Amino acid sequence: MSEFIQQVINGLSLGAIYALIALGYTMVYGILKFINFAHGEIFMLGAFSGFYIARLLGFNESSIIGALIILMLSMTTCALIGVTIEKLAYKPLRSASKLTVLITAIGVSLFLQYTGQLVFGADPKSFPTLLTNVNFKIAGANIGSNQIVVIVSSIVLMFGLREIVMRTKIGTAIRAVSNNLTAASLMGININNVISFTFVLGSSLAAAAGILYSINYPSIDPLMGILPGLKAFIAAVLGGIGNFPGAVLGGLVIGLIETFTVGYLSPTYRDAIAFAILIIILLVKPTGLLGKKEVEKV
Amino acid sequence: MKNFAKFSIIAIFIAIGFTLYSCNKGGSGNEILIGQFASLTGSEATFGISSDNGLKLAVEEINKSGGLLGKQVKLVTEDNQGKPQETQTVVQKLINRDKVVAIIGEVASSRSKAGAPICQQNKIPMISPASTNPEVTAIGDYIFRVCFIDPFQATVMSKFALNSMKVKKVAMLIDQKNAYSTGLAENFRKIFTQMGGEIIEEQKYSAGDKDFKAQLTSIKAKNPEAIFIPGYYTDVNLISIQAREIGLTCPLFGSDGWESEKLTEGKAKDALEGSFFSTHVSTEDPNPKIQDFIKKYRAKYNSEPDAMSFLAYDAGMMLFDAIKKANSTEGEKIKNELAKEKDFPGVTGNITMNEQRNAVKPAVVLEIKDGKFKYKETIAP
Repeated sequence: MSEFIQQVINGLSLGAIYALIALGYTMVYGILKFINFAHGEIFMLGAFSGFYIARLLGFNESSIIGALIILMLSMTTCALIGVTIEKLAYKPLRSASKLTVLITAIGVSLFLQYTGQLVFGADPKSFPTLLTNVNFKIAGANIGSNQIVVIVSSIVLMFGLREIVMRTKIGTAIRAVSNNLTAASLMGININNVISFTFVLGSSLAAAAGILYSINYPSIDPLMGILPGLKAFIAAVLGGIGNFPGAVLGGLVIGLIETFTVGYLSPTYRDAIAFAILIIILLVKPTGLLGKKEVEKV
Repeated sequence: MKNFAKFSIIAIFIAIGFTLYSCNKGGSGNEILIGQFASLTGSEATFGISSDNGLKLAVEEINKSGGLLGKQVKLVTEDNQGKPQETQTVVQKLINRDKVVAIIGEVASSRSKAGAPICQQNKIPMISPASTNPEVTAIGDYIFRVCFIDPFQATVMSKFALNSMKVKKVAMLIDQKNAYSTGLAENFRKIFTQMGGEIIEEQKYSAGDKDFKAQLTSIKAKNPEAIFIPGYYTDVNLISIQAREIGLTCPLFGSDGWESEKLTEGKAKDALEGSFFSTHVSTEDPNPKIQDFIKKYRAKYNSEPDAMSFLAYDAGMMLFDAIKKANSTEGEKIKNELAKEKDFPGVTGNITMNEQRNAVKPAVVLEIKDGKFKYKETIAP
């Protein structure tokens, strides 16, 4: 039983990170109707900016305040990078076909991976200890404080996002644009600002995910974004792409399924099962678990 | 007209490219070219860098003492980025384009296994400094190594676990895509159970994974006395941290794939305290040859050598010895001399090639204390 509880915590702390990345996919899809495949690389850049900011600040003692400062700075850095990518790579293609933008996104993703290898070096780097891990026992299961930190921070960030989207003016604009881009622009909403802000939100969440991931798994390299990025994409599709609660649910489900596959079945099947879920959901319920069916108007 | 201008510019560039390329080819008449493939980048980068440094030292020394057969030795090192596919490309390049007479490489068994068939086909002798998987030299009679092999390493760790650590119930965590790891695990399972130990749990991972908590939680449920992890240092670093995070307190032990200063980087410094691994050589060994090598290495690179540097140096020196004896740079003659090497005085001990072209040498066990590798004991074959 204690083993089971521990696996659940392992799965949730992994799933919470997938959920944070998946939110970025879902937001961009909701507005621009394309999958931003470079999103996993923003996650990687989040981890690396955390690494370099910590070094720049001369960070060596683990402290909560230090960790928060690094988290904030790295989220800001990645928000800027995200907006820059949008302005340079996606904005000129606003009127092009969705396929063109999709392929551009893959190009941006590869560009960041390999430029990262050139700039940061291809060998893995050890991420600084932002927070010291303390173990405590709950019902016989050993739970690390860092796992709790990941889960709690994810919940805080997700609620923050929810508040922004539901309660603020720009949030209302985001929802309006995702409902109907043309109509929203006719109502006087500045589409470009809304899109930029969406990238700010998505990229800073990805950066936060990168930092949280590196706190738990402190080895970072320029290709680290590929698999978590794909898993988060699966999570977004599983929950229903374009749907916020769906992305969170999808992330947690994928995290749990992965952990149970590895713990009780075999690690060989971990990625296979994740991708099998993608195929099955696309065949059986393409709108995802929480997605609404949309009528295509011709 | 514009198109024509573009076309001619491209044509000029291609022409320049070809000229530069042909200048590089072959090496001049008074040089002997030796090739090396190594993982200078990637997740096992220290393996490549250490062995490259060691080999460069050997080349420098032979050139200082007048070179080989009256010619200077020139080393061509290619980076395979730690990937088997890339290895095949760079070995092809070394043989076909650079026309090297012999090749040194690699530390990782799976990459040596990728490069060896190409060397064998082209009749170019290849010496692996540190690949311990038995299948590497079984590929053909042009493939040699200057280190011990996994069945012996597994015996060493089985003996050490039972006699020195006094543990009987051991769990294993294996890198399933890595020939070195699976081979060593298989040998350990066989030998350890024969000697009276018991493997109570086996879990697998794939190199490059970041999350090992699920596997470690399953291992923890079985309460092992120790965990054997035959893997490479980057993964072991993360595994050790996560093992402590989920409350596994038992010692970890492993093999020469742990040998890197990056093993104990970050939080792993505390996580690996009191863990053990077997390897080829200890820098604490008072043997003057070893201490002398360390001095030379420090003077040149301003860093500490590890086992891979020692072995690559030995591989280079043994190759030069064989070329000298063969009095020729023909692959077949060098191969015949390599096969005859007996009691070659290497830094890591006397090297004798057995019939399978493997070196028979003792192993050392090191203990990790305060992030440093401390000599624990030597186990002879």
